[in-house]
Amino acid sequence: MIPAPFEYLRAGSAEEAISLLAEHGDDAKVLAGGHSLLPLMKLRLATPGVLIDIGELRELSYIRDGGDHVAIGALTCHRDLERSELLQHEVPLLSFTAHLVGDPQVRNRGTIGGSLAHADPASDLPAAVLGLGGTLVVTGREGSRHLAADKFFTGFLESALAPDELLTEIRVPKTGDAGWSYQKFNRRAQDWAIVAVAAVTGPQPRVALVNMGPTPMRAAATEAALVSGASAAEAAELAADGTEPPTDINATPDYREHLARVLTRRALAEAGVA
Amino acid sequence: MSILGNSVVRREDPALLRGEGTFIDGMEIEGALHATFVRSTIAHARISSIEVRQALELDGVVDVVTAADIDLPDLSPESPIMNAAMGRPLLARDTVRFVGEPVAVVLTEERYHGPDAAELVIVDYEPLAPVVDPLSALAADAPLLFPAAGSNVGMEIDARSMQADFSGCDVVVRKRIRNQRVAPAPIEPRVAAAWWEGEGEQSRLVLYLACQGVHPIQAKLMEVYGLPADRVRVVCPDVGGSFGAKAGTYPEWVLLGALSRRVGRPVRWTETRTENLTAMGHGRGQVQDITIGGTRDGRVTAYRLEVVQDAGAYPAIGALLPWMTRSMVTGVYDIPNAEFSARSVVTNTTPVVAYRGAGRPEAAAAIERAMDLFATEIGMDPAEVRRRNFIPADAFPYTNAAGTTYDCGAYEKALDLALEAAGYEELRAEQERRRQAGDTRALGIGLATYVEITAFGGGGEFGSCELRPDGSVLVKTGSNPYGQGHHTVWSQLVSARLGIPMEKIEVVHGDTDLIPSSSITGGSRSVQLAGTAVWDAAGRLVDLARQRAADHLEAAIEDIVFDQSLGRFYVAGTPAVDVTWAELGAAADGTGNPLVGLANFSAPGATFPFGAHVAVVEVDTETGSVELSRLIAVDDAGTILNPLLAEGQVHGGLAQGAAQALLEEVRYDADGNPLTSNFADYGVISACELPMFERIPMETPTPVNPLGAKGIGESGTIGATPAVQNAVIDAVAHLGVDHIDPPLTPERVWRALQARSTDPPSP
Repeated sequence: MIPAPFEYLRAGSAEEAISLLAEHGDDAKVLAGGHSLLPLMKLRLATPGVLIDIGELRELSYIRDGGDHVAIGALTCHRDLERSELLQHEVPLLSFTAHLVGDPQVRNRGTIGGSLAHADPASDLPAAVLGLGGTLVVTGREGSRHLAADKFFTGFLESALAPDELLTEIRVPKTGDAGWSYQKFNRRAQDWAIVAVAAVTGPQPRVALVNMGPTPMRAAATEAALVSGASAAEAAELAADGTEPPTDINATPDYREHLARVLTRRALAEAGVA
Repeated sequence: MSILGNSVVRREDPALLRGEGTFIDGMEIEGALHATFVRSTIAHARISSIEVRQALELDGVVDVVTAADIDLPDLSPESPIMNAAMGRPLLARDTVRFVGEPVAVVLTEERYHGPDAAELVIVDYEPLAPVVDPLSALAADAPLLFPAAGSNVGMEIDARSMQADFSGCDVVVRKRIRNQRVAPAPIEPRVAAAWWEGEGEQSRLVLYLACQGVHPIQAKLMEVYGLPADRVRVVCPDVGGSFGAKAGTYPEWVLLGALSRRVGRPVRWTETRTENLTAMGHGRGQVQDITIGGTRDGRVTAYRLEVVQDAGAYPAIGALLPWMTRSMVTGVYDIPNAEFSARSVVTNTTPVVAYRGAGRPEAAAAIERAMDLFATEIGMDPAEVRRRNFIPADAFPYTNAAGTTYDCGAYEKALDLALEAAGYEELRAEQERRRQAGDTRALGIGLATYVEITAFGGGGEFGSCELRPDGSVLVKTGSNPYGQGHHTVWSQLVSARLGIPMEKIEVVHGDTDLIPSSSITGGSRSVQLAGTAVWDAAGRLVDLARQRAADHLEAAIEDIVFDQSLGRFYVAGTPAVDVTWAELGAAADGTGNPLVGLANFSAPGATFPFGAHVAVVEVDTETGSVELSRLIAVDDAGTILNPLLAEGQVHGGLAQGAAQALLEEVRYDADGNPLTSNFADYGVISACELPMFERIPMETPTPVNPLGAKGIGESGTIGATPAVQNAVIDAVAHLGVDHIDPPLTPERVWRALQARSTDPPSP
């Protein structure tokens, strides 16, 4: 429960953080809320040589109306997502999901950018942003680029972020009158999901799955079935198609597949898909 | 009106809440080095070599110590009835027997250097075949953990002394069930610090230790170090929980003195949470074969319980727990025709120790599950089956089939109170309505009627009350609290007897220099024994003070009246002329003859708290998820001195009991690697998973001590686990499920439902 030795650097600006990242490369990790990184370091499962603390960069903590979307600074904590009236009104799925992350202490420290950059398939917010069809703004020395959430999660705890890039903003489309649901299944309130399902209705309904493979993923077969007119129940039966759920202390793969189907059916029902 | 029986708030809390408690990890200890243990990463292996050179070269490392450097004997098994060939070396010598076993110790100037240095100690292992499951330990070809012992059985209770005959039964039901291994998981992990005072032959070992009783540890250190009592001091300040697991003796504690002597400096140690979950003892861990038989009209006439107790790698207190299970084997039921046998086996896992309830929850879980299985088999309501088999209220004292004599009980009344509070008939009606409607939120109602044993094993407890010059009282107690609130309740007892306000009463505990004797605070014994000792000591102080008052008032002692309400003595007939406690204290000051009341209290027998728990659950039959929606508890622990503290004890116990039913399990993979070594993987319950508890008061005072008190510390865990387990199984019984082993995780419940739905319907 004591981490391996590391060097601690505090960035005074996003530019400084990016230049420190460029300097230290793969050996560096960005520290935001620390609620994913520090436990891994204490268990010595992560042993970065350098920590670049961006916790002081208050300019990266905001929730703004961007017209057709809501723009969220990467350093915005879950508690702010949960309490934001703008999100509650325009993207209720996201504030509802943030409310289900960990416990109040975690939600006051953990950040949306940290959660997405960590790319844990068992976390709630990556799948929620994927389900919402969000866009991630990543910033490097050459400026910023925009990545669809669909392109961001590349493997287990791996993302499309380059070693010298910082995730700076998350944009989520306003969902307007669309139905939505987030179904989280876990044993204890503060646990990671065993399986969770995010669903948003519309002409192109989106369904995203938590903990059903190495990355947060979309239930592609379910979405396609819905577009081609299948009932919610029929579409939900396809929710586990193409997934590779893990085995862990809480569940085996076939149980996770079963949960994905049941939770998808419930999510679609709650979102108003007949 | 007496202060006894009132919900006095805890005196301990203001200091704890302000961070002013004394926890060993927070103590300043000048010059102390930090000990970090190098622990086995393999469940069963020969040690071929240990290379410490690299670790010694790291900055800040003062010493690296292995078994070869330690000149102390192995810890012998805790009881002479255990296999003597299963002793435990303080550091593994040639063989490691569980993941987490200490192999070497690193001493560093800074705590943060310890894990870095420990990683540089290179241990070469030659793996041996591990024994992980307790049943496999009994196989004819099982690898032996201790070849010299000749088998893996560390302790055995054969069935010769208790045999049952099933020949006259209409119905016999058999089931193998598991009472899974759990982790005590106190908030404060194990922590200790040791140093030596003085030089050479006169030097004295001082050990600060978070534990459950200082004198038993002092005795162990005297034995291991070959020192007399005046050369070993053990001090226990505040303790952040224990639940039984800080009783007994751990190698880490014993070693600190030797390490300190070697380097000539104090040595301190605080384990990490992973160490706590892998190297502090675990609880429970029984495989139970139950056989229950009786008549079709609901009378149980025969019961058999065969236990395989998982003792872990070295037999500790856990290996003895089947004796506790045996003593309470038939629970609240009148079943003279009962049988018990047990084998405690060693496995390549963390040793098993006492955990809240320690052997009695296992007995209750077995008989309560058996009663439900029997009820299902004959098609009778489980409450009715219980009713037909209770020991009647007029049968006490009652001696059960194991020879255990219960003091008093009113089991049917406890069940009636619980069922009435639950609204049992309405719940059954709602359950039936949902079943008819095919509702996927199935309702389950689970019962557990239990009796347990507290303040067992004989032995007394010490208490004293000394009147100080300012009229305040210093109370010394042998019982060492670790969260229970002794200081509050002992102050209430002394205040009630002396008429001195609680704030003028100081309670001290936990130091072999201050307290003449103590035993382990466990088995829910403190109020009954140590509380009574303090009560008696206060009474003795009144007697002594009466004599001083007689001298002071120049009257005969027979004429002295003690006015408890005002805390003063006067001569009968002239109440205006009096002497107060403060005056008596001041008068004794400087005379070298203070007023001290001393007492040792031993009870003529154990006490038998009992109760009835009703759990109501909703099971999502699609996912297997369980919601515990109500938990109704009647817990009769005799006279309650402080309802607030008693309620706190019950709440904690209910939470831990429900957690064992639903969430908690220490798990290993097939090679003996721990899978639950942090709080992300080990599911301690939280308030979110629990309903508001519904407690129904009931008090049947015991005749065996003057307070009428029985133990309340463990009852919650004893009744709640089988009540919740029975509720979940009851919820899905109509779908063909008759048993699920705990913890009843969503996947386990779902799998049980899957298995039934693919089986042909039972005839």
